[in-house]
This record gives sequence, C-alpha cells and structure tokens, in this order.
Amino acid sequence: MNESTVIRPYGDTRNDGKVQLSFTLPVEWSEAADEAARQLVAKMGFTEVQVVDGRPIAAGFSLFVVYAATTQSIDMAGVKAPSAKIHAMSMEEIDAFVRERLGRKVRVAGACIGTDAHTVGIDAILNMKGYKGDYGLERYQMFEVHNLGSQVAVDEFVRFAKEREIDALLASQVVTQKGSDITNFTALAELLEAEGIRDRVVLCCGGPRVTNLLAGELGYDAGFGRGTLPSEVAAFIATRLAERAVVARGGV
Amino acid sequence: MELRIDRAAVERCRSLAASIVDPVSTFIAAHSTVAVERSVLRLLGVDGIGRDEIPLPNLLVDGLPPRMRARGVATAFGAALAETGLEPQPLAEALGAGRYSLEQFIDVPAAAVRGALRPFVERTLARLRERRAERLERLTRLPQSPPPWLYVIVASGNIYEDRTAAVAAAQAGAQIIAVIRSTGQSLLDFVPFGPTTEGFGGTYATQENFRIMRSALDEVSERLGRYVMLTNYASGLCMPEIATMAALERLDMLLNDSMYGILFRDINMKRTFVDQHFSRMLNAFSGIIINTGEDNYLTTADAVEQAPAVLASQFINEEFAHRAGMPDEQIGLGDAYEIDPDLEDGFLFQVAQAQLARQVFPNAPLKYMPPTKHMTGDIFKGHLIDAMFNLTSVMTRQSIHLCGMLTEAIHTPFLGDRVLSIENARYVMNTARHFGDEISFTPGGRIERRAQEVLANAEALLERVAARGLMPAIQGAVFADVSRPPDGGRGFDGVFARADDYYNPFEAALAAVPAAGSPR
Repeated sequence: MNESTVIRPYGDTRNDGKVQLSFTLPVEWSEAADEAARQLVAKMGFTEVQVVDGRPIAAGFSLFVVYAATTQSIDMAGVKAPSAKIHAMSMEEIDAFVRERLGRKVRVAGACIGTDAHTVGIDAILNMKGYKGDYGLERYQMFEVHNLGSQVAVDEFVRFAKEREIDALLASQVVTQKGSDITNFTALAELLEAEGIRDRVVLCCGGPRVTNLLAGELGYDAGFGRGTLPSEVAAFIATRLAERAVVARGGV
Repeated sequence: MELRIDRAAVERCRSLAASIVDPVSTFIAAHSTVAVERSVLRLLGVDGIGRDEIPLPNLLVDGLPPRMRARGVATAFGAALAETGLEPQPLAEALGAGRYSLEQFIDVPAAAVRGALRPFVERTLARLRERRAERLERLTRLPQSPPPWLYVIVASGNIYEDRTAAVAAAQAGAQIIAVIRSTGQSLLDFVPFGPTTEGFGGTYATQENFRIMRSALDEVSERLGRYVMLTNYASGLCMPEIATMAALERLDMLLNDSMYGILFRDINMKRTFVDQHFSRMLNAFSGIIINTGEDNYLTTADAVEQAPAVLASQFINEEFAHRAGMPDEQIGLGDAYEIDPDLEDGFLFQVAQAQLARQVFPNAPLKYMPPTKHMTGDIFKGHLIDAMFNLTSVMTRQSIHLCGMLTEAIHTPFLGDRVLSIENARYVMNTARHFGDEISFTPGGRIERRAQEVLANAEALLERVAARGLMPAIQGAVFADVSRPPDGGRGFDGVFARADDYYNPFEAALAAVPAAGSPR
C-alpha cells in the first residue's frame, strides 16, 4: 500500500475525513429529532457528528445539515474507471483521420429511446451548434448524422440502423426513475444482438447518470456522462471504427 | 422600471399574429378530431372502461364508421339516447358491451337528437359553472399571497406519494402544485382510468388522480387559510379530454400550447390546432388559466438566439387563445431563464426579456420557468443560479413562478429539495419585493437595447411566418429549428373533415355563453 495514493475526504487538513450531509427525516422537528439525526449518522459509521441545522419543513418532516468525519479511506492505485474520452482531437483532425483511415463518411444515428422526451443531451452532441463552443457532429464533414429525436422505440431505432447501414448508434436517456434508463439501454443492446448487427456498429449510450463503467456492464462500447463534448464522442467513434477496419483487414 | 419600446411594433406584431392565425382558424372550423369527439362523450357524462380496459369514449368513437364520425359523435349518441331513453353512462356501457350499436339509430330527426342531448349538455354546463363558482368562493375566502405565485412539481409516479409531497410543499409556501405526467403519456391516444401508482418520471393524468389531489389541496388550503392551485398538462394526443377532466374536477391551470406538441412531440399539426381550440374553449368557460410552452424553445436551442422566437410564439399563442374566447387574465404566456450562466451580462438579457414580456402582455399571468438546461450536478451553483432567476422574476413582476430545483438534472425533486427551493424564492422575493419599483433602466443602455432588438426580430420573424403561412413555416423549421410536415406526425389519422350537418352541442354552448366573472 502506497501512503501517497491513500486518500480521505479533505476538510481543511489532510486526512481529517470531513464530509457534509443533508437529508430529510419523516418526523416532526424537536430536539429529539436532531439527536435522532446525529445517532443515525453515527450509525452510518461517521465520527465527530455535528448536526449544524435541524428544522421543521412541513408537518411531519424535518431537514438536517450535518458535518461529520469518516475514518474510511481509499487507495487510488486500486481504482479503475476507464474513460471513453481518451482521444483528444479537434473537429478538423477527426475529419482528416476519418478521411484517411476509413475513406468514407461515418453514418451516425442518435435518439432518446423509449418514452424519454429529453433531447437536451443528444442534441448537444449532434446539433450543428454543439456544446460549450465544441461543434456538434452535424458540422463535421465526414459524419452523416441522423438525429431521430425523442421517444424513439428501440425496434424503430434498430430498424433504422439496419436500413441505413449505420456505423454508430448513440442512445440517450435522461429520465432514470425506477431504472427505466437501464431497461431501455439493455433492450437496445439485446435487440441489436438478436438482429445480428451488434458487432457491426459502435454502440454508445449517454445521459447525465451514465458512466463509461456502466456502459461496459450493459454491453456498450462507450458511455458518456455529464459535460461530454461532441468532439470526444466523435473521436471515440472514429478511432473505434478505424481499429475495426484494421482488424477486418487482418492487421497492419 | 419601464423599458422604452416601440408600441407601434407591438401592435404590428399583434396584427401579424392575427393574419397568421386566420387561415388556421378556417381549417379548425371545418375539422374535428377523435380527441374532440371523445371529449364530447365525456362532457355528456360518459366515463369508465370497457373491454380490454379501453376507455368507453375510445370504444365508441373508434367504432364509428367515417361517414357517421364526420357528423360528430353527438349526432349518433344523441340518436341512441332518444331511441333507448337511457342516460349517457348506461347507454355507453351497453354500447361498449355490444348490446347496441350506434349504427342502429341513424334515422332519428335532428330535432329529436338535439332534444335528447339537451338535458345532459345543460347538466354539464351547470356543473362547470358550479366548479368555477367554487374556485371564486375559495379564492375570496382563502386569498392567495401576492404573485409571483410559487409553483412546484410533484412527480413520484404514485398519486398517493404525490399527495404527501404536495401537502408538504403547500405548507412550505407553494401556491401552485403541478403533477407532472408520466413520460410518454402525451403520446397515448387515450386517457388512463382510475387512481395510478406506477409511472415514469411522473404520474398519469387520470380523472380519479385529479380528484385525489384536488381534495388533498382543498383540505390543506382550509388549514393554511390560502387557496392552493392545482395544475396538469392538456397537451399531447388527449389535449381536449384532459381539459374536460380538469374542468370537471376544478383544476386551476393547465399547460396548453398551440404549437408545443407539434414541435417537441411530433404530434400532427392539424390535430394539434383543432384540439387546442376546443381545449381552450373549455378552459375559457371554466376559468382555467393556461400556461404556454415557449420555454421549450430555450431548452432545445440557444437561449439568446431564440428570444425573438419566444416572443413571436407568445403573440401566436395569445391570438389562438383570444379566438377560443380566453381573456388576457387566463393566458399564462411562457418564458424561461435559460441563458448560459457563463455568458457575460446574461442576467441583463434575462431581465430584458422578462420585462419586455411584462410590458407587451400587461394583463397576462406570465409563466416564468427556471433554469434547467445549464443545471448540472453542482447543486451549490444551481441554487445560486436559481436565486438570480428568483430575483429576475420578482423584479419584472412575473405571475406564475416555477421554483427551480437545486437538484434539477439529478432526480425528480426530493421532498427536502422542494422546500429548499421554495425557501430560496421566498427569501429573494421578500428581500427584493419592491426593487423593481425603485430602479429605472438606463435609456439606450444594454437592457433596453436588448429588449428593442428582441422585439424587432420577433416582428421580422412574424412577417416571415405570415408570408409563408403557419403550417408551411413550421414545415420550413422556422420554430425551434424543427421541421414538421402538415400531414405527418402522430395522430394525423384522428383528424377528419366535418360533414355539413356536423354537430357538437358543447361548441355552440361554450361559444355562446360569455364566461361569467373573473377566475381570480
């Protein structure tokens, strides 16, 4: 174990382990409610528990703000969460890369699948305007983009991918209540598998709660979470397709 | 705090909106939809489900051959009422069970049909008037605190959990409760039946759910000594049916936009135009305030660039609402605080837009939506952006204020999130209550110039739409960069031309009787 990679939350001193918590309890506020909050946080394993705010917020409900310390630590050396955003390239570089390595346009289709109607994420990646000054995929010369929009049924998405010989599918989910995002992502991966085209496409998922680790577990090639730039997605797709082209040719 | 704006330009925008809506109104008058016809049945007193849990209004309307449907379901149903002597609900159940068919009763004279319908039409109109009077009585006895009225959403998927959350929010200071619908309900071509406890990202809008929430809010209103309003969503494929249920169960507001479904849900434009008109006639009669959806332009595209589209859409929504008989006091035009927080002077632009809307629509209960697009998992920054939004709202005298959640973009609000959000709004609005009365804008300064620019660009946009026609303009992606064809999208097969002897007894009644008294 390497001491320098073992870390704890940092309040104002290394290893003090300070954390802030805030939660609601379904109980009328009283001093006993404050004490209940303190004991509860202590039972979570925290020490130095201070209930700095406790007050009634509605009949039968109280809100608490708590500071506490943890004795737990984590060794960064043992933590693995590979990022899909590894190939930093500009739009021009990506276009040049695709032109050289693939020699044709990359066909991309994106959609908010299932009943989800929140297109803000997929639009940020695909729409010409892009996100945070990073142009969307529609702006790329070497990408042919189909944004199918919101509430696209999984079978419709797969049918489209087959008909148009899509290279990369981007599925977006913002609504996560009761695991609807996971259900939809899984349904898409399974249907692509059943239709025999899973290996032919680069399959990506995105959304504010998506991580690349989760995407791997769901059988996706990559997952893109909050703050993702369009060029990061484009670079991943281009690189992955180029790798496959190499494999298909039997290596270089 | 007044902006100097070109009043003549405002008047030109209004007359452009009128010329844009004219041809659409002609289309509306010549058509009906399956959703309008289902609403007619519901208004006559038909409710409940038949075989395969299909709502009876759907069973009856879907069972009509096209030539009968073109005359309006009331023609066929009225004939059956006249011949069988049954009341609407038992008749609908008998028809649903196949004991009768509407095609049996085709030779009944028009006078007999109308005579058979009349008592049930009168009964419903009386009930709607009663609902409106109840609201007025409560608002008088249990007055609301002054605007901006704090509006929060509940969205657990379970109506009983929603009820708990709504009561807690009301106690914390919320004045309007919206029950967000389950994602995807806008695309259902029927309204689910009964109380529901399963939904995704929201709770199904059903008449029973409306009743449960209305009753809980009435109870807490009495306890708090102030009336708590209830709102839901008259949008999607069942727009007029939701308006019907809302009128019957005394909802106070409804999301109801003339173009939202077309642009953002790919619902056929002809379907939407016909449906929104009948919905708004009902809303007008029932004293229900509508909320329009211009905020969506800002969440799907750049908020600075889209500002003129918001104003143009507000003019169009206003015109459609006026034509359905709605007074300004019931037209809650929408806007949102969605400018990128990293933009220098973004707050100035927000103030310019909000104040412009206030001056252009002085009597409208403007609906102001909180930041959502630029909210991240950083709840601390989010809470701060919400405070700036709250300040803009109180400064510019917005009316319906959707409280922004610090956990926007993370989850549907926790009970505690909602309270923190309400506390934020109450603090800012109280501490800056009369700020707007005490300051003035620098003449020719940044805020005034921005407002003038938005107005001029909105006028130019309306001119382009008027020149092309609204339907071709929507096809040409003039709004929100979204293109929709006139005969494409969901629900187009539910639109049909009216026969010469088409009859909808409520249409005439709602239009003829001026709505009595103020909803407030």
